[in-house]
Amino acid sequence: MAHAHLDAAAGAPLHPAAREVLEAALARGYADPRALHGPGRDARLLLANAREAVADVLGVRRDEVWFTSPLDAVQRGFLGLAEARRHVGTRLVLPGVEHAHVRHAAHWWTRLHAGEVVEVPVDATGRVDEHDLVENAVGGSTAAVACQLANHEVGTLQPAGALPLPDGVPLFVDASASLGLLDLPAQHWAVAAGAATSWAGPPGIGVLLVRRGTRWTNPFPGDPEPQDFGGALPDVAGSLAAAAALQASLAEREEVDARRRRLVDRIRAVAATLPDTEVVGDPVDRLPHLVTFSCLYLSGEALVRELDRAGFGVASGSACTASTLEPSHVLAAMGALTHGNVRISLGRDVTEQQVEDLLALLPDVVGRLRSEVGL
Amino acid sequence: MDSSPLVTSGEPPEPDLELDCRGMLCPQPVIELGRRHTEVPVGGVVAVVVEDVAARTDVPAWCRMRGQEYLGEDSAPDGVPRYRVRRVS
Repeated sequence: MAHAHLDAAAGAPLHPAAREVLEAALARGYADPRALHGPGRDARLLLANAREAVADVLGVRRDEVWFTSPLDAVQRGFLGLAEARRHVGTRLVLPGVEHAHVRHAAHWWTRLHAGEVVEVPVDATGRVDEHDLVENAVGGSTAAVACQLANHEVGTLQPAGALPLPDGVPLFVDASASLGLLDLPAQHWAVAAGAATSWAGPPGIGVLLVRRGTRWTNPFPGDPEPQDFGGALPDVAGSLAAAAALQASLAEREEVDARRRRLVDRIRAVAATLPDTEVVGDPVDRLPHLVTFSCLYLSGEALVRELDRAGFGVASGSACTASTLEPSHVLAAMGALTHGNVRISLGRDVTEQQVEDLLALLPDVVGRLRSEVGL
Repeated sequence: MDSSPLVTSGEPPEPDLELDCRGMLCPQPVIELGRRHTEVPVGGVVAVVVEDVAARTDVPAWCRMRGQEYLGEDSAPDGVPRYRVRRVS
């Protein structure tokens, strides 16, 4: 049996529509797009095409789109809002389940400027209450608020589109786990970050969106204005391939998501019947392709290894699978069981057969591992 | 509601059984709890002493999933976190 990759959220094969584009762009877009020679002009044109395509499908302006790495889009995007308001205050507010990239950026910046990070608690589904978030931003000393569009580990949607913040406090939306899968909010946000991994694009490419009229200042060394790749030599071919993958993913989204949503429902239903197993995250208001559950008494590492041996690649948020030996801060913030955790994310080409094969196997794997611990 | 020792004395009840899980990593402390909580009678208190931070989430989660009562966290004399559970069934 071929290996079934059920960890698409952490990387998937490049969308076929982007492969030819990447090939062609590598041949033509190798030069520095800022250079004044012919190859530079070629690269500049390709990068402009990529920008226009992304702006078009996301419904934003061309001059609001910047290409960079996914990590840089988050760090620079969020902290640039904070930096521009440092004279007002140095408090950053975010839900307690933001991605580590957002949390680490917030803690780094507030340490640097003697500020504070307020992490707002979430409910058992992992969702933050919009009133709690807004309330914590009131009071004058808040530089910026971050809120993810959907949680990267459990899939729960956040109220990122329903946050009219007080006193001109700007909102950073982390769409790194969801751009290409969910629409951006229509209003109330100043900066957003996306990662091409979530739309089957090249893994190294991120998109930074800075709304026109936003007060934003580069928090890192270099030019104060936004630049592609933070001013480094741009990956033109990667950016164009990311744009092509985004176009293609959005064009097929309705059909692909309906299939993935149905398969996720099926996995949730079967996982819920496993003894002493908790399916976590909102059952309805969630990402279409992702499902997480935790099995009491089991180690996440053992589950990942057993399923890999049987031909299924899955992820885990359990401490024993993390380099830090810290349990997932998302699961901990939700009060969900942190051990025995499995995260399944379905790629665009997942088949019903792959999911049914996994589900046929899962009760045996869980039962066998549990009998090994004698429970 | 029945009056519990917690309510009448104002002091946390001393555990009937203390599981020394120092040095263990998740999920081992919860496995110990799952195996040995039946050594105390219904109404009795079991405590898990463990440094591993996952226990702070996983002991209350175990109580929720297994229908037991989580009483809270205090510390062993050496400062290691101690999580107390009342056996309900």
